[in-house]
Amino acid sequence: MADRTVLIVGAGPAGTRAAERVAAAGLRPVVVDEAAANGGQIYRRQPAGFRRPAQTLYGFESGKAVAVHGAFAALGDRIDYRPLTLVWHLWESEAHLLTGTTASRQQYDALILATGATDRIMPLPGWTLPGVFSLGAAQIALKAQGCAIGSRVVLLGTGPLLPLVAYQYARAGATVAAVLDTSTLGAAIRALPALAARPGMLAKGLYYTAWLLKAGIPFHRGITPTAIEGTDGVAAIRYRTADGIERQVACDAIGLGYGLRSETQLADLARCDFAFDAVARQWLPATDADGRTSTPGVYLAGDGARILGADAAEIAGKLAACAALQDLGIAVPDAEMAAYRAALAPMDRFRVGLDTAYPWPAHFAAGLPDTAVVCRCECITAGDIRDVAREKGAPEVNRAKAFSRLGMGRCQGRMCGAAGAEVLADALGVRLEEVGRLRGQGPVKPLPLATGIAP
Amino acid sequence: MGRFVRLAETDRPPVSLEIDGTMVTALAGDTVQVAILTNGFALRESEFGDGLRAGFCLMAACQDCWVWTVEGERLRGCSTEVAAGMRIVTKGSTWQIEPS
Repeated sequence: MADRTVLIVGAGPAGTRAAERVAAAGLRPVVVDEAAANGGQIYRRQPAGFRRPAQTLYGFESGKAVAVHGAFAALGDRIDYRPLTLVWHLWESEAHLLTGTTASRQQYDALILATGATDRIMPLPGWTLPGVFSLGAAQIALKAQGCAIGSRVVLLGTGPLLPLVAYQYARAGATVAAVLDTSTLGAAIRALPALAARPGMLAKGLYYTAWLLKAGIPFHRGITPTAIEGTDGVAAIRYRTADGIERQVACDAIGLGYGLRSETQLADLARCDFAFDAVARQWLPATDADGRTSTPGVYLAGDGARILGADAAEIAGKLAACAALQDLGIAVPDAEMAAYRAALAPMDRFRVGLDTAYPWPAHFAAGLPDTAVVCRCECITAGDIRDVAREKGAPEVNRAKAFSRLGMGRCQGRMCGAAGAEVLADALGVRLEEVGRLRGQGPVKPLPLATGIAP
Repeated sequence: MGRFVRLAETDRPPVSLEIDGTMVTALAGDTVQVAILTNGFALRESEFGDGLRAGFCLMAACQDCWVWTVEGERLRGCSTEVAAGMRIVTKGSTWQIEPS
């Protein structure tokens, strides 16, 4: 059995716990991670030489962050850890890797994808100006580099990250000019029964919001952003209040995000079946309760499967590892897997609650002016997408991509995919699921021209 | 003076590097993106004519923070650590293929 290769992609909470469980069974998994250090995004490490304590970096989550980092460190050479390595393609039970400019291949008997998520972005005019970053980026700048994204910062969008980043920025001494939330208090109240599935999480969210209000930081709910102003950089954000009044806030930086979207390209390259998820409004790889996909030997764990957050990712990592071990013929206690399944149950209820409280503003897509850039890689506008829908008859996103190059640029649709599909569905007058999903293509990220093959 | 504002970890050793021909000072452990944006207000120009960019996601997903070394090597600014003596160009690759 010891010669069976389990390949784990990602070293965040899900990948770490998956690696730990596989190693506990006596196998030596290969762990490939694109970052220089383990931890993923949520428990991202600061570089060597930085001195802030875990409590400063991770707040209420510092105990969990330290535990995940410690668990990974304790694995030592019981895992074959390959940092700074990208999985850029999957083909016939082999992963194609890139480390620096050296390409190599890794065969696997089981593949656990723990690829995480990125911010879910709804564009608005001016969002490509210097000074506009994703909400996650705003947090990374502070957590991993000790920097604020500007000297007068507006945080815009919705989701649990919005008040959290505002709180972290204000606590660190940044000037938060305003928090502009597109969701309403009414939605938050409607979501309370589902959010009560995880009382601790709910309490933390309320704490951040109360802290911001007490600190006197302007926090406006139910707003509609209209445009970001500026020439060579952000100068202001314009928005409409819930009462329909036009307002403007001067700022030199904006953190923008509407929750998270699962990173699913590798699951697609592994030929997993996808199903439309009405909560996420995203096509997601179909899995069973344990993370098995439709492709034998391929498993998903963490936010790359669906957005359940870091605590769920740790459990899902262990559960997917158990499923993989079981399918490799290695005995796993039934009670262990049953316990993980039970622990995950409230997480999904909470997910539905979060979506109710902080809905993705799909309807903003219809209101985007034709001139608004949707694809920031290649400057493809909302008007370009409407044109391929109406004039060229693109019935779904892959035809729209072929006609307009939407999703064909260097980000491969990671930034524009969610909003682009909404613009297309609106232009065609169909439901979002009818425009399908962008097919993943290898390489999932650009390779350098100087790429050479490992000897 | 720059776009990013340092709030913590400012006692790290300084690192000198060159950005578009100008020597600047960053701190050990900075990413190339942080080095550029603590010394200026933009990181690169869009290839599609819509002006300046400063990156977007900081997590190696969007690829909007590409810069180059004078030797022609492409770097992703958000995931590359600065090194003393680096020579960065932000306005596209300057290398030329030698005529044979």
